[in-house]
Amino acid sequence: MSRLARLAPSVALLPFLLYLTVFLLVPTVTVVVGAFAENGRFTLANITALGDPVTLAALRTSVVLSAVSAVIGATLGAVLAYLVVSGGPASWLRRSVVSLSGVLAQCGGVMLAFAFIATIGFSGTLTIWLRDHLGIDIFGSGWLFALPGLILVYAYFQIPLMVIVFLPALDGIKPQWREASVNLGANGWQYWTQVAVPLLRPAFLGATLLLFANAFAAYATAAALVSQGNPIVPLLIRSGLSSEVLLGHQHLAYALAFEMIVVVAIVMGMYGLLLRRTARWLR
Amino acid sequence: MTTAVSTQTEPAVAFRDLHRHYGEVRALDGLSLDLAPGELVVLLGPSGCGKTTALRILAGLDVATSGTVMVAGRDITHVPANKRDMGMVFQAYSLFPHLTVEENVAFGLKLRGIDRSKRHQRAGEMLELVGLSTQGKRYAHQLSGGQQQRVALARALAIEPAVLLLDEPLSALDAKVRVQLRDEIRRVQLEVGTTTLFVTHDQEEALAVADRVGVMYQGRLEQVAPPTELYARPATPFVAEFVGLSNRMRAEVSGGTARVLGSALPLLEGSVEQGSGHALVRPESLGVTPAEGDANGRVVSVAFLGPISRVQCRLDDGQILVAQLTSASASRLSPDQPVRVDVGAEAVLVVPE
Amino acid sequence: MRTSPAFRVFRVVMLLLFAVFFFGPLLAMLDFSTRGTNGSRTWDAWANLVKNPELNRAIVASLLLALFTVVLMLLLLVPTMIWVRLRVPRATRLLEFLCLLPLTIPALVIVVGISNVYQWVTYFLGDHVLNLTFVYVVLVLPFAYRAIDAALSSIDATTLAEAARSLGASWGTVIGRIIVPNIWSGLLSAAFISVALVLGEFTIASLLNYENMQVVINLLGKSDANTSVAASLAAIAFAFVLLLLLSVVGRSRRTEGS
Repeated sequence: MSRLARLAPSVALLPFLLYLTVFLLVPTVTVVVGAFAENGRFTLANITALGDPVTLAALRTSVVLSAVSAVIGATLGAVLAYLVVSGGPASWLRRSVVSLSGVLAQCGGVMLAFAFIATIGFSGTLTIWLRDHLGIDIFGSGWLFALPGLILVYAYFQIPLMVIVFLPALDGIKPQWREASVNLGANGWQYWTQVAVPLLRPAFLGATLLLFANAFAAYATAAALVSQGNPIVPLLIRSGLSSEVLLGHQHLAYALAFEMIVVVAIVMGMYGLLLRRTARWLR
Repeated sequence: MTTAVSTQTEPAVAFRDLHRHYGEVRALDGLSLDLAPGELVVLLGPSGCGKTTALRILAGLDVATSGTVMVAGRDITHVPANKRDMGMVFQAYSLFPHLTVEENVAFGLKLRGIDRSKRHQRAGEMLELVGLSTQGKRYAHQLSGGQQQRVALARALAIEPAVLLLDEPLSALDAKVRVQLRDEIRRVQLEVGTTTLFVTHDQEEALAVADRVGVMYQGRLEQVAPPTELYARPATPFVAEFVGLSNRMRAEVSGGTARVLGSALPLLEGSVEQGSGHALVRPESLGVTPAEGDANGRVVSVAFLGPISRVQCRLDDGQILVAQLTSASASRLSPDQPVRVDVGAEAVLVVPE
Repeated sequence: MRTSPAFRVFRVVMLLLFAVFFFGPLLAMLDFSTRGTNGSRTWDAWANLVKNPELNRAIVASLLLALFTVVLMLLLLVPTMIWVRLRVPRATRLLEFLCLLPLTIPALVIVVGISNVYQWVTYFLGDHVLNLTFVYVVLVLPFAYRAIDAALSSIDATTLAEAARSLGASWGTVIGRIIVPNIWSGLLSAAFISVALVLGEFTIASLLNYENMQVVINLLGKSDANTSVAASLAAIAFAFVLLLLLSVVGRSRRTEGS
């Protein structure tokens, strides 16, 4: 078959490739290029501005928020996933938890923000109940709209995401492994520490990384809850887009977005490596 | 496990009237069976007959609805699975993927608190026993199916169990590997001398490795006997048809013999005693020769199987039979050829029509 | 061992705690959005979903966006995926990589770099909120890809196509009348997930200054929190119903097709 004839079927893929190029690749490249440009000329000024105390503080807070919400989400999510799996593969509990997790993991941050405002905001249902019945003021100085509040609200979508991502790993634990270890003399604890945990560890760590990336890139929840100040990187980007100049730089938003790509790419890369290891074991 | 002759009078393993019900379903319906020390007993039967259920109850992975299980005279019916001192080989997937082959084999020893150097030594011995002494540092996914099962066997034997349990260990393997491995398993079992319960649905496998075979059907034991007896003197129609091939031929029974195709044949116990029935005749008991005026049928097809051939014939009275001949004899036959079919003088089981 | 009474108690307690954490806020939203003056109950906030013109417009816009996104996604993705699977299998890895790429490139990053592209879009199509369709298709790509890929894998499309071709079918017939009818559950799954995602999207819409449902909910929050909460709860409930429908449809298709 001639070279042309062999390539012919690939032509049908052009519309798709073109579409992706325009709406995904071009913006990404724009960001990368923009991070290194100012007034149409190459410069490292934007990148060095990332070392500015304000931007570094935002990065630090972002990392803390992402790490803490990832660890909380991973731990509690793994527990919930285990509870669901132990009920059997087709139980109603499993089906409803998986559906609910699907919704909550996709849940737009705005809806979540208002959910928590309605619960523990200044006139939230729980706030009022605690104030009236137990004299406790849970709202306090408005911690909901700062880092502690963000961690709590992020947990609301991190835990379901963990359930979705980690459930297949739990499913991959073959019953024969438990039966074989029991047959060889293991009690429950020994099975867990010597067989199940070592097998699940890569999947757990990988999922935690995924949760980290997810939190780091999240914007909507924070945007809805925090109206003053820019404690985390996504909100700093918001400032950078709405004002002409941020911290004296025109393109700081691009640099910040570039920083975001780098962080997320590294984390997702590590996730990919861990995934390949478990895929072999838990197929 | 090195005592040469056991002087125990009680069986190594005893099932006493074991029942296992799941609601309406009776997986086991009154199983009673003894295993002598050092014996390899095969439980043979189609899927759903209860053989795997019996094995898992012995292992402690399943609980009987009623009945008892004894090992060396001790009632272990309520002993937890991890305290039963048995080694089990599963059908597939049982090797721990995160441990090396050697660590897999040593796993049971590690649980028993045996120190590292002794574990290493014992694991090495076991791997050598199954012929995999060079594979210690590899992982399960790097081995073939047959090698994985050998590792599983080594792992089960490393803990010197009182009983070895094999749950269809060859069913997931290629045909050729299956034959090699079943001989391996038998060789190892004889060398180590462990009492063994082996479950399978493959009757050829059962006959090849067993000291005795227990044929099961619908939760009950149909017959327990050494392979040759099972084959030559089946006790029930199910056994006669499940083990080996059988032809169903018209027979008339009277006075203690069955008339089949003009010959008088002795009857096996359990046969119809009077009147007409079907005699279960093995293919190798039929003779097919080119007819010389005494034809009673025609050849339909000849299937060449190497050393033997199977010849399908249609008799003049409409019966279709399969005979087994040496290929040399079968080479004289061709489709549509008139032939004379005879029955050899072996005893037959006659079942009602 | 695993069904020991201690474990069962632990299980029930933990599940209850999780239920309280996840359903509590939803109940609080219901309470919050129906609060009237002096402790009375009122459905005014909910009525605003229809009465408030800005919110109403935004809800309609979001629903239309969801519809257009699904249609464009299906038109773009389904023929491409089927074609790659049947005719250009070497491109499978590339396709998979490209479709999962949006998972690694945050929406926030996309919106920072997309303003030039959208200037062109606005030039050709005018400045309309429905322009968001184009970038939304990119956002739903990973989820849609996974759903359709699972469906294609489960039916062994290659063998079906070869059988149809040997009986004389054209490629159009193969795709339209052999493959597509057999991957309905995957297509529905992709559609439902896309709808849920589009309805919940805020980042790109707000930073490109369009007014979709989430943007308006957020804006209203400052002046009329009750309505915002009501709208949020309605959206969550809608997404939940969608995904529940999906699991029901998925199950019935499986029993029917097996």
